Amino acid sequence: MMLQIKPILAALKRHKAGTVLIALQIALTLAIVCNALFIIRQRTEHLSRPTGMTEANLLTLANRWVGADDKATPSLGRTDLEALRRMPGVVDATMANSYPLRGGGWSTSVNNTPETKKEMAHTTLYFSDDHALSTMGLKLVGGRNFRPDEIDWVDPKEFTSTPVVMVSKALADKLYPDGSALGKPLYHSGNTTPSTIIGIVERLQVPWTGTWAGNFSENAILIPRLLTGSFGSYLVRTQPGQLDRMVHAVPALLFKTNRMRVIPEERGVRTFAQVREQAYKSDRGMAILMGVVCAVLLAITAAGIVGLTSFWVGQRRKQIGVRRALGATRHDILSYFLTENLLIGTGGVVVGAALAIGMNLWLVSHFEMERLSLLYVAAGVVVLLLLGQGAVLAPAMKASRVPPVEATRSV
Amino acid sequence: MFAYYFQLGLRSLRRNPLLTALMIMAIGFGVAASMITYSVFRATSNNPIPQKSGQLYAVQIANWKPEDMDHGEPPPALTYTDAVAFMQAHKAKRQTALYPIAPSVIPADASRLPIQENSYAWYSDAFAMFDVPFIYGGPWTQAQDDARAAVVVIGKKLNDKLFNGQDSVGKTINLDGRDYRITGVTGEWNPQPLFFDPVNTGGFGDPIGLFIPFTRAIDLKIGTAGNNNCDDTPGTGWDNWLHSECVWIEYWAELPTTADADAYRRWLTGYAAEQQRAGRFKWAPNVRVRDVTDWLDFNKVVPPESKISLLVSLGFLLICLVNTVGLLLAKFLRRSPEIGVRRALGASRREVYMQFLVEAGTVGLTGGVLGLLLTGLGMLCVGWVFDEQIARLATLDGKLVLLTLIVAVLATLLAAFYPTWRAAQVQPAWQLKSN
Repeated sequence: MMLQIKPILAALKRHKAGTVLIALQIALTLAIVCNALFIIRQRTEHLSRPTGMTEANLLTLANRWVGADDKATPSLGRTDLEALRRMPGVVDATMANSYPLRGGGWSTSVNNTPETKKEMAHTTLYFSDDHALSTMGLKLVGGRNFRPDEIDWVDPKEFTSTPVVMVSKALADKLYPDGSALGKPLYHSGNTTPSTIIGIVERLQVPWTGTWAGNFSENAILIPRLLTGSFGSYLVRTQPGQLDRMVHAVPALLFKTNRMRVIPEERGVRTFAQVREQAYKSDRGMAILMGVVCAVLLAITAAGIVGLTSFWVGQRRKQIGVRRALGATRHDILSYFLTENLLIGTGGVVVGAALAIGMNLWLVSHFEMERLSLLYVAAGVVVLLLLGQGAVLAPAMKASRVPPVEATRSV
Repeated sequence: MFAYYFQLGLRSLRRNPLLTALMIMAIGFGVAASMITYSVFRATSNNPIPQKSGQLYAVQIANWKPEDMDHGEPPPALTYTDAVAFMQAHKAKRQTALYPIAPSVIPADASRLPIQENSYAWYSDAFAMFDVPFIYGGPWTQAQDDARAAVVVIGKKLNDKLFNGQDSVGKTINLDGRDYRITGVTGEWNPQPLFFDPVNTGGFGDPIGLFIPFTRAIDLKIGTAGNNNCDDTPGTGWDNWLHSECVWIEYWAELPTTADADAYRRWLTGYAAEQQRAGRFKWAPNVRVRDVTDWLDFNKVVPPESKISLLVSLGFLLICLVNTVGLLLAKFLRRSPEIGVRRALGASRREVYMQFLVEAGTVGLTGGVLGLLLTGLGMLCVGWVFDEQIARLATLDGKLVLLTLIVAVLATLLAAFYPTWRAAQVQPAWQLKSN
């Protein structure tokens, strides 16, 4: 096979345009496919990340009081929560400033010493009550839940810290890597008064899905306070099979309890499945788009190779006939075209790998993107070389079937 | 001659239906992908107020420690202290401070539920600055700004809901339990992106349907419904927050000429220097005065998804073109004998050029039509990738239809140049001899 390379190169010199076109197409395809696949991986990495909650049978509801003084909102909120918890089909209900995947929330710094100079970790604060664990379906892996007497209401502008908090295990391990977080103090938002960790939940994700929250995505502190003011979210856990009914029944009950409120028409009442879908919508969409682009691109490149090689085979029928007449086997002809394609493909992927890396560097400098892993380039190179060989197979087979007698025709 | 070449082209295209289909599909897919992503890019990078985008300026000032700032850029909003100082200085032709609020309208009819409207607190100048059209009445007056009056301007949608579209000027509406007198009803006003406040809206969203005086909102201690960012704990309570270094107010100045803008920038630098002398800022003046397009760029209103997908689609189109060049080359050169015969019978190179370009144009046009169909289909799927608020801005209008066809034909002709040139170089004698 090696012996064939020289004549192949000589033949390719006579088909400079076609050779360059195929190589260029392979190079560009490699550059785009590598980057598209990398975008897909980046975007889908988080799609299946668990929030730590039991997401089935969970309803979220955005509530806004109308014409109510901030000081009056605790009693309104209490009335709502009591009504919700008494409602048939409801397992439990709670109120919170935010919840995982919601998008907006409270983020701050946290330390294991009162020293404020260096921030040990970033975290989100969830303000809720003793019903948060059962409503959200969080798994307590150490310590205890809040007691009802530890719950109070606070104006967000007046809030500083609380004597007790619960934390996610990820944050507990970050603050106390030896696993001894339970019963130890933490200091958040630059406070010098300690908050004792009384409970640790297995997992609790932050409200954000973006890359900026990537390095603290599972750091959460549960604060035993409900926030006063007009805005708040209710979380309702329903009995199995009741969720669809509750989507309408819960707002109806709330309006019956007190009609001076607004529940937004869009995104006001959402099942958690909807929350998840909306939170990851653009990631999923981008991944689908890139997937479609990759598939169509590979198909078009393959089709292009088939088209040009078929043309070459047609052009060279006479030469092939001569070679066959001079003793070349079918296999020789087949391997000639495969080798030729491999040579062109190799040229293409070398240029393409450089292009892929260059394109990624440009994307990194202009968008929030990570560096392309070389593994992707290597995988892309293999895929494109195989694609080339696969595409050239049919025309090459056709070439190998050219009979030696072709050499005698029309010369 | 053109019609004849067209016929020849069609016949030749029918001869290898597979190759032809391949080219048409490559062009169709490439053009459609580019057009779909372009339509989203066009919508998000739109200039929302072209007639005045060079006269309206967003104002920024560095009131935070340099280490708290992003790449040395002042925060994208102002403190109450600075916003009020700028309003009082009155250095621009028109100016306004603004922030989003979330009041609820309580209908007089007790059986109806409260209504929430996207609302802003701003100054009367804002209506003229942002070219807000009115159906009834007009903005409140500057005197009413100063008097912290309980007045309101409502949008058409709310007016239809509450007053069945009748002239409601002079009537009152109840916001969160307080009465406000209506001074005007705005017409259709929905600039996208929402340039005056991309910080809190992300740039896209529903139209704003209610406006009250900034001064009134502050009097009633109505906090912002948008972002509030602090580099230090503001202390507890409303007054501490109001006079803290927390930023939450957007500020716009109308400066008709660039000389005005320069003068304003100088004045602003002077103001910052004054704050430095007074000990409030412990750093040199760092201010920005950005016009609408600059401001939208700075706030990165065009989502990165839009740019990346447009780039990838253009790359896709490029590959499709390279593919087309190869296939056309194969197709044209396969007909070398035919070309030889035509040339021998007296056809000039020019005529060969014409014949093949017409054939390529036919492929391009067909590819364009396919691309148009795919673009139409793809438009329905824009909502999968982008937010609804952005997706609904991406539309297939006449301009885009025309652009799709032009791009398809031009791209194909571009791709056809080299193959056509090669076809025209065919030596008639050589071809005739070898057959």
